[in-house]
Amino acid sequence: MDVKYYLRERFFPHMWCAGCGHGIVLNSLVRAVDLLGLKKRDIVMVSGIGCSSRISGYVDFHSLHTLHGRALAFATGVKLSKPSLNVIVPMGDGDALAIGGNHFIHAARRNINITALVMNNRTYGMTGGQFSPLSGVGTKATTAPYSNIDREFDTVELATGAGATFVARTTVYHVKQLQSLIKKAISHDGFSVLEVLSQCPTYFGRKNRKGSAVDMLNSFKDGTVPVGSKKKQENPELIERGIFVEKQLPEYCDAYAELVERATAK
Amino acid sequence: MSKNITFVQGNEACALGAMYAGLDFYAGYPITPSTEIAETLALTMPAAGKKFIQMEDEISSMCAIIGASLTGNKVMTATSGPGFSLMQEALGYAVMAEIPCVVANVQRGGPSTGNPTHVSQGDVNQARWGTHGDHSIVALSASNHQDVFRMTVEAFNIAETYRTPVILLFDEVIGHMREKLIIPQEEEIPRVARLRTSLKEGVNYHPYLPREDGRLPMSDFGDVHRFNVTGLYHDMWGFPTDKPDVVQELLRHQVDKIENNVHKMTFYKSYFLEDASVVLISYGSSARSALSVVKQRRNRGESIGLLELNTIWPFPAELVRECTQNAELVAVVEMNVGQLTQSVKLAVGSSKRVHLINRVDGQMINDKDIKKILRILQGRGI
Repeated sequence: MDVKYYLRERFFPHMWCAGCGHGIVLNSLVRAVDLLGLKKRDIVMVSGIGCSSRISGYVDFHSLHTLHGRALAFATGVKLSKPSLNVIVPMGDGDALAIGGNHFIHAARRNINITALVMNNRTYGMTGGQFSPLSGVGTKATTAPYSNIDREFDTVELATGAGATFVARTTVYHVKQLQSLIKKAISHDGFSVLEVLSQCPTYFGRKNRKGSAVDMLNSFKDGTVPVGSKKKQENPELIERGIFVEKQLPEYCDAYAELVERATAK
Repeated sequence: MSKNITFVQGNEACALGAMYAGLDFYAGYPITPSTEIAETLALTMPAAGKKFIQMEDEISSMCAIIGASLTGNKVMTATSGPGFSLMQEALGYAVMAEIPCVVANVQRGGPSTGNPTHVSQGDVNQARWGTHGDHSIVALSASNHQDVFRMTVEAFNIAETYRTPVILLFDEVIGHMREKLIIPQEEEIPRVARLRTSLKEGVNYHPYLPREDGRLPMSDFGDVHRFNVTGLYHDMWGFPTDKPDVVQELLRHQVDKIENNVHKMTFYKSYFLEDASVVLISYGSSARSALSVVKQRRNRGESIGLLELNTIWPFPAELVRECTQNAELVAVVEMNVGQLTQSVKLAVGSSKRVHLINRVDGQMINDKDIKKILRILQGRGI
């Protein structure tokens, strides 16, 4: 396939640091779109603010680069007003779950057919390495110089609890799984959440002595296991990858169409 | 009796005006005293096959209507004080990305939770400068339900014509008061449709390259042209840029498209201004009391008149100057600490002639309140 067919070369070079994991998500995303055979004009990328959010500008789809934390709110307007569009929302961990946390749980609750990609590098990269709600206790950040006391969210548990009907997790090390899960998330009829662990060697890595980008990628390999693996029972520190939730429930735009039928039948 | 004659709340008149204007998509969050706009639309929109959604807050409501506008819809949200505060960031996004949308703010007492069920006109300057950064904005008002309906339709027209958010600055009295509304005939009030590009697929479409007349034809998300929309300063492609010349040109374009067309979006009513030595200036529900005073005093032979502004922003300075040039006394009647009075003083030029007649206790300013202060201003004693 021709990756460049899906990219806006006018927009390059991209603004991500050397060693950043976000480019791997971009690559997997366009490959997934290609495999699904989606038309470029049928896709809208809606993003907020942050390093991850810049992904929407690089792809040759309709793109809406919005406000910090509000991407899912804009996306809800796009999707409900024109349900035929495929709406994909790439977000960072701070964007999705700190400032955007309310919109995240409510989009999940509605089960509106939007694909949320949470690119989790455990830091605010664009503003220079502050701690996020996914950094975790004991991590270092420019705003946690004495080490972080804020407990972290588990994105998968949060999305599941809020009612998302497709919930999955992988890392940028596992590119084949990443591509496959993006495909499944886009194809899913309902609100889908895919958390992608991505490395930020510039800030999170440096502050927390995680080594080079390659070292951080290797830690994704060594620190994660497939869902339901026995290794996880033996070592709770390991992070599970794969699909956690996949179920069919009434989708919001479909439910709205039924509501219109009831309203017009009167 | 014609079925076009109704007896409704101002909030219902606003909702009906929005439907008449061609509202396709509404997103909102409940808040007093604007909630009846949402309630009316929740009933009427699905029955007309339109989209209504109650969002999780006012921030997301404002964001959702911007998203829906980009797929080619006429969109609106409605709120009051605290909700209007929450919408400010996304309102600025609509300014920067030039997204047509309408925001009704039925004013209540503030700041903060303030006086939720009582009237105020305290958001006049928030409407003007509430979002951060240099910008211009359009805000319309009305003092009766026929005008609420009309101004709502005009708000959609201005939003589409100039690709801008338009604020409807109503107040609690107007929102909750019931009076007669005659629903206009289908073609009675002109309705501006979305201007879309005629460029075919394969031809470069520049979403932010103004035509000679300054207008920017749009292309719906989902249509053949794919482009970037951002809240960053951007070039004609919609791509982010910080090039000084592009930044300045875009800022000027966004301000000038409003400020250079003030006359085209100025709506007002004048009562007995021809020979008036005393000119009252008012808007919204306080203009009703001001008009009552003017009529009472005219009956007694006094040369007093009223300029009622339906367009508050962009401020029609030229109109105000013309209407007040022969006046000995200019009094702005408003329910705040003098928010529009400041603009009137600037327009009139001589601030000694301009006075404020106000009430800020949550009660509607009535004719007696106005007459009491007028007597003092005219040196007639208390």
